[in-house]
Amino acid sequence: MSEKLPKPEELSTVDFRPVDYDWMTAKATFRKGTYSYQAAPKNLKYLGLANPREWSPIDDDWKLPDNWKTIILEGLRERLDKFRSLGLFMDICVRCGACADKCHFYIGSGDPKNMPVLRAELLRSVYRRYFTTTGKMFGALAGARELDVSLLKEWFYYFYQCTECRRCSVYCPYGIDTAEITMLGRELLTLVGCNINWVMEPVANCFRTGNHLGIQPHAFKDNIEFVRDELEEVTGIHIDPPINKKGAEVLFVTPSADVFASPAIYTLMGYMLLFHHIGLDYTFSAYASDGGNFGLFASHELMKRLNAKNYAEAKRLGVKWILGGECGHMWRVMHQYMATMNGPADFLEVPVSPVTGTRFEHARSTKMVHICEFTSDLIRHGKLKLDKSRNDHRVVTFHDSCNPARSVGILEEPRYVLRNVVNQFHEMPENTIREHTFCCGGGAGLGNDENMEMRLRGGMPRGHAVRHVRDAHGVNLLACICAIDKATLPALVDYWSPGVDVGGVHELVGNALVMEGENERTTDLRGDPMATSKGESDA
Amino acid sequence: MKRFLQAAMLFGVLLAGVVVASQAQGLRSVLGTVLPYAAVAVLLVGVIYRVAGVWGRAPVPFRIPTSCGQQKALSWIKPSKLDNPSTTLGVIGRMALEVLVFRSLFRNVRTQLKPGPKLAYVGGWELWAAAMAFHWSFLLIVLRHMRYFTEPVAGFATMLAALDGFFEIGVPTLYVTNVLIVAGLGYLLLRRVFDPQLRMISLAADFFPLLLLLSIVVTGGLMRYFGHTDVASIKELAIGLITFHPVVPAGIGSLFFVHLTLVSVLLAYLPFSKLMHMPGVFLSPTRNLANNNRAERHVNPWNAPVKVHTYEEWEEEFHDKIEACGLPLDKP
Ligand code: HEM
Ligand code: SF4
Ligand code: SF4
Repeated sequence: MSEKLPKPEELSTVDFRPVDYDWMTAKATFRKGTYSYQAAPKNLKYLGLANPREWSPIDDDWKLPDNWKTIILEGLRERLDKFRSLGLFMDICVRCGACADKCHFYIGSGDPKNMPVLRAELLRSVYRRYFTTTGKMFGALAGARELDVSLLKEWFYYFYQCTECRRCSVYCPYGIDTAEITMLGRELLTLVGCNINWVMEPVANCFRTGNHLGIQPHAFKDNIEFVRDELEEVTGIHIDPPINKKGAEVLFVTPSADVFASPAIYTLMGYMLLFHHIGLDYTFSAYASDGGNFGLFASHELMKRLNAKNYAEAKRLGVKWILGGECGHMWRVMHQYMATMNGPADFLEVPVSPVTGTRFEHARSTKMVHICEFTSDLIRHGKLKLDKSRNDHRVVTFHDSCNPARSVGILEEPRYVLRNVVNQFHEMPENTIREHTFCCGGGAGLGNDENMEMRLRGGMPRGHAVRHVRDAHGVNLLACICAIDKATLPALVDYWSPGVDVGGVHELVGNALVMEGENERTTDLRGDPMATSKGESDA
Repeated sequence: MKRFLQAAMLFGVLLAGVVVASQAQGLRSVLGTVLPYAAVAVLLVGVIYRVAGVWGRAPVPFRIPTSCGQQKALSWIKPSKLDNPSTTLGVIGRMALEVLVFRSLFRNVRTQLKPGPKLAYVGGWELWAAAMAFHWSFLLIVLRHMRYFTEPVAGFATMLAALDGFFEIGVPTLYVTNVLIVAGLGYLLLRRVFDPQLRMISLAADFFPLLLLLSIVVTGGLMRYFGHTDVASIKELAIGLITFHPVVPAGIGSLFFVHLTLVSVLLAYLPFSKLMHMPGVFLSPTRNLANNNRAERHVNPWNAPVKVHTYEEWEEEFHDKIEACGLPLDKP
């Protein structure tokens, strides 16, 4: 795969001039490296979804049901009735173009239909044709297009070239959120079985086992214990992480990648050390073994189906509240959807930090607190013994993950934590962080290998920003609070800015935590040597 | 270019029709009374239907504000009260900024790929400036027009006119808003025609309102600065309209009927067009909701039950493995 990739310099020569390009007639071409593979029928079958079959996006015949057009149009009507956002966003765009060059996929590919405005027009043109008077009367003149198979293929191609990052919606004068349009567009595609496997396999796995990777309970336990043993090797501290423990005070829910995939496992080590350090009465769950929710990338219904386990498990275990680990899209779901979909959580209590006594009023309804909120509160109250210099081998920058930044607003908490656990911290340019942050290019189910060229293109703005701080300040670690980031950014950074590692904020917390009874630490949690000089440098 | 030409042609036909019609004395009562009434009726019914009947009827199932700043969570971290509001007051502030000063558009920074290759973030404020110049001038001009509809003239209309003509250039005094609106609309139109990306995304329906608005502005300007317009008669017509005693006094030049008819077209066209962004912006769920999701539960009226995989089913499926690895079982 990778040997076929163009070099960064080649990939960077994007041509933005749409000479003679007519988006209304141009068709999608499925070029290798720029699309994701179709969902395997077994996954659709397991979930009871429409039209499971063998097919491929590059086939001429997509084996759609005979009445596919009716299904889609009925589905669209239903969603127009159910979501005010949809009708409104269809009607009010003025095509001012403010969003156009804000999408990382447009910046990296120059493909006009990756402008958020045109991505939305793909659906809007159909909406006009079938749901507006002017569209019915004037057709193409009014921007209306007939729904046919090639248009459906465009939907598939471009709705699976959007990472639902919401960057466009920050700049739109009406807040038109192309991510919302993509989400509903993908729902429509789901109705006729046009899904990608990198979404549907995790969803099917998650529905069955509780986590995207399909880890069964015994293997989940094994993995946690494996990470625990590694941790013991580095620190000399033995921890027995509780799993499915009834009556614990806190249920800890984190993306399963933390348990299974490097470099996310180092973040898990950080959590374990932290909880041990403060003596938190918590439990993992092998049933609610993934806070992540790829249902978000397929339909609202699947999102709800996967999310339900969290409250159910909290109730079954009799915990008081839920603490959530580092994850981007998981936090979109937990913050903006969970209580609405599966609440009210009136069987839980308003979260209170058992260490500092802080009542997390902002989470009084959902009863779920973000780990960075929890940790920064601990640090603020001086409850953690930290030795920043243990991260002196790291020059750190912080990548705001799309969802915590643009759907919650968790901007300062991770930075506060970082400033307290590392000495050398440098921000990337301001147009690329906080609410302006650029996506890793692999969110929303697009982080698969077959889509690598598009990921790297979409990751170009982030890659350039990392390269900038690498060259200017010698940054060698890109910290983030998202499991998808931890899976996708390494490839991106290797390509655009080699020499920079990717890690979690709580990995750095773990490095800095001075534990009672620990060995003298010579290596960080990864087993890499720490800097020997204990010099103080400025953050 | 094709879609610009389509729009220009459509608009040309419209304009020609209006000009011809304005010459015919027999049509004056239609253009001066029937059409304005019809246009206002279409506008009202159209806007109310879309806002209350279509958008308003669809629920807001989820609370999905776009957070453009720090959340309110820990007491000692300063939240961004306007860009990420957590209270109704904050939302009102955010909306006011959106509507009055186009807050989000103000963030617009163009992304450019420079040799290196590296990305640069530069400029972009022109769009915001042109949008502000056009919209504010438009609003002030509409308000200034109230002097034709009120007798004695409403104080604010006189005051606005005085402010607007502050620089006292020329006779009759040049209004600042007239200059700004022409500049604003001109820029918005030119960039649509000459910026290749923007031309590519533009539909006929994007050029048309700009042409229409420009033509209204130009005919208005012609009457004020170059013609000799019988303002008293026009005022009689205007007051007749709003008091529901329509009259068409003799002696009004045809230019006025062109102006008025184009305004009627604008009003009637508005509910079917993207100009619905005016009421629409107030309803946008990414802007008009407080980001207090975890503090106050948002209720979805159609929240339907879904098929879930319960703990009991899960335990049953993996029973032996759970037992073998020593995790607790609810049903051993
Ligand atoms: C609450 C009131 C309104 C708000 C907040 C508002 C806001 C905006 C914004 C932010 C834009 C995008 C920037 C631009 O392209 O200029 C825009 C575009 C536009 N607005 Fe408004 N607007 C309002 C009312 C109106 C009204 C009453 C009209 C005219 C009847 C109008 C006509 C237009 C037109 C023609 C455009 C498109 C300009 C273009 O094609 O480039 N707007 N509006
Ligand atoms: S910024 Fe908003 S109004 Fe402007 S083109 Fe994009 S979606 Fe449409
Ligand atoms: S949500 Fe993100 S990926 Fe999707 S169109 Fe907007 S900017 Fe592009």
